[in-house]
Parts: sequence; structure tokens; C-alpha cells
Amino acid sequence: MIATSIQSWVEEILAGNRRALSRAITTVENRALESYELLRKLFPHSGSARIIGLTGSPGSGKSTLVDQLAREYRNRQLSVGVIAIDPTSPFTGGAILGDRIRMQRHYADPGIYIRSMATRGSLGGLASATADVATVLDASGRDVVLIETVGVGQDEVDIVRLADVTLVILVPGMGDDVQSIKAGIMEIADIFVINKSDREGAERVEHEIRMLQSTTSARSATNGESSGWTPPIIKTVASDGVGMPELAGAIAQYEAYLERSEVGRQRRVENWRNRLLEMVRARLAERVSREYLSNGAARQFATEIAAHQRDPYALVDEILGKLAGN
Amino acid sequence: MHTTMPLEHKIRILVAKAGLDGHDRGAKVIACALRDAGMEVIYTGLRQTPEMVVEAAVQEDVDVIGLSILSGAHNAVVPQIMKLLKQNQAEDILMLVGGIIPDADRPGLRNMGVAGIFQPGTHTDDIVKFIRENVKPHSWATQ
Repeated sequence: MIATSIQSWVEEILAGNRRALSRAITTVENRALESYELLRKLFPHSGSARIIGLTGSPGSGKSTLVDQLAREYRNRQLSVGVIAIDPTSPFTGGAILGDRIRMQRHYADPGIYIRSMATRGSLGGLASATADVATVLDASGRDVVLIETVGVGQDEVDIVRLADVTLVILVPGMGDDVQSIKAGIMEIADIFVINKSDREGAERVEHEIRMLQSTTSARSATNGESSGWTPPIIKTVASDGVGMPELAGAIAQYEAYLERSEVGRQRRVENWRNRLLEMVRARLAERVSREYLSNGAARQFATEIAAHQRDPYALVDEILGKLAGN
Repeated sequence: MHTTMPLEHKIRILVAKAGLDGHDRGAKVIACALRDAGMEVIYTGLRQTPEMVVEAAVQEDVDVIGLSILSGAHNAVVPQIMKLLKQNQAEDILMLVGGIIPDADRPGLRNMGVAGIFQPGTHTDDIVKFIRENVKPHSWATQ
């Protein structure tokens, strides 16, 4: 029981009511019908939060880094939202969301809000609702939104379309041979973090990243491209807080670069271009599912199609025709 | 590029160990069973205070709290949690307690608002069934 209307619900969120915020995130995540009006009303209040994405293999210490970064920002009087994403089992539809464990000490700090999300079938490292949840956190007044993603292989690069700054976290000696890391992950980094850098092999990882960077810049120089930013490599030991001020400093430098170089503005435009298509797709899929494929209808159609008693292509035409009001 | 799951309300459950006991195997077994039943399990681990439990439950907007207590601390911890849930307008969360709970203490816990009490040997299927049958649907609107 939060509010008597969506308008008053929005006001509660803007006033700092955590239960209203929490329930809004659930509503948006479940794509409930109210979520669309909610997001429309919240959107004008968004746009000022800095969104920082962290990706890297399991065990690289992402959650601990997020915890430490959150503390850094809290020390600077900034309010923080965290979205921690873990994979949904493709077999059971369930998930263990265990990142919160590493962020326990903030429980009493009203300036930090942590939400765990399961990917629910999305393959890009984010849940499909993550961008909208980030909008809600942004609108609710968070200065910084930290998003920690699954990040295992080549496909988990959606974070780069959502975050202003993307951190790729590597760890020495975990088979994280830079050359064996798939292309996508290496290319999305705005900043490289070598965590657990007190372990043997940290220098080697750093060396390999630099080698990769010099090859890339040689290549793009011949293409006539120029990039004003070479991703720095920050060494941290997150569990001890080592390297955290340097990391926050690198993030700030990158944000300044985005601002003065127009890259930030161009990137936002590009991100929204991609996201717009995705938003239309998701909304259509939800509406079709609700209006034409629910209550066993999907199963019935599938049975007929499997028995070649129905043509799936004609069915899709028919559904789209109905959507258009024909 | 994306495969989206059909829209359905996923049950979100907070599994936490309150009190000072460090035996978390039971809680982990339950967490995995609930995941295998299609639920989203926010696992917060050991030594949770009532404040930590309720703060996590509110932020994560869970449908259920599953508390594992093997130390006998239930009579101290549960009333505090129920009080904090009330303060946070979160009384609609289904409250379950599992672990070493003497029979004599069960009525007291029920009076406090605990919906389900699961002693050692309970089959995880029974817990899943109980949750599915008793979880309250979310609403945001006051009537």
C-alpha cells in the first residue's frame, strides 16, 4: 500500500520513501501495466545521475569493488544506488542473488540503496529492465548508480550501452590471460581494473593490456581514427581498499573527458538510438503476449503449428494485423 | 539477440541467518532448492541483525523472508524483525522461520506473525509448496 495514485506514488519516490522506490523497481522489473505511466512520470526527473558499469569474470571481486566505490562516493556526500545482476538459470527460471553479501556494512546508511536483479533470460549481461531500473534510481535522486553485471564472455557487453563509464575488472592468475579474453570485453573498457593486484601475475596482466592497447592505437592511426582516451590501468586490492582513490580519480578524469570532448553526448545519443528500438520491441512483445498468447493460447498455437495444422508466419501476420487494428 | 522469459511474477525471497550461529549449510540447501523451484533468492548469509534483515527485505521488495536460526535466538530476533517490518509498512511479507525451533515455542512465533515454521527434516518441496500457496500478491495502491 504505497499511494492512491501513480502521481502520488511518484511524489513519494521523489520525497525519499524507500518502500515506494522499492515497489516501483519491482513494478518496472515485472513490466506491470502501471510501470509505463510510472516511468513516463519519473523520466523528467532523471538524467543527472552518473552511471558506472562494472563487468568482469565471476571471482574478480566486482561486488567488493562496488562496495568500496560506494564508500568512496559516500565519503564525498554523494548518494548511491547499486544494481547487482546475477544470472537466471535457463532450466529453472530461478536465481541466487548473492552480491549483497559483500555490501553489508551499508545497511544503516540511507544514502545507499542496493537492489539485486536476475537476468531473467537476457543474454547481454544485463536484465532487460535494468536500464529502466537505472532510470528509476536516477529519478529518485541518486547521484551515482553503480551497475555490476555478470560479465563472463563475449556477449556480455550490454553494459556499455547503458553506462557512462565502463570498468572491466581483471584478476591475475585466474586464467585471465588477456590474449585469451574474448574481443568484446576488452574493447568496451573505459578503465581497466586489475583487482587482487597483490597476487602474483599482476604485472603480466598489465603488460598484456598495454601491448594490446599499443597494437590497437597503431591500427587506428593507420585508419585515420584518433581516440582522445587511452583506458588507464588501475591496480586495486578491493578487500583492503587499496587503489580506490586512484580509481575514483580515473573515473572523474574520464567523465571530464566525456564532457569536454563531445564523446559523452554522442554516446548518449547512440545509446538512446539502440535503446529506443529495444523499448518498442519489449513493449510490443509484452502486449502481444498479454493480448494474444496468454491463458494457454501460446501452447495451443504451438501444438497446431507442430502438427503443421497452422502456419506460424500467417499467424504472426494475423496478430500484427490485429495490433494495427485491422 | 535477447530471449525473454514469459512474463510472470517471480517470487523473491530473502534467505538470511540471524543470530550468531555459523552453520549455513541448511540455509544454502534451501536457497538452492528455491532457485530450482524458479524463485529469485537473495541470500545474505550469516550473522544478520534484525535491522539488516528488514533493510534488505525492503530494498529488495521481497515476497518472503526465510530466516534460519539454529542457535535458539528466535525468541529474541523474531519479535524485533516483526516490529521493524511493521515500522516499514512491510507486514505483507510472508515470514518463515526454519531451524531448531522447540515445539513449545511455535505458538508464540505464530502469534508474532510467523506464517510457517520448518523444523529439521522438512522436505524442501513442502517449503516450496507452502510459499506458493501463501505468498501474498503485491499491490501498490491503497484502496
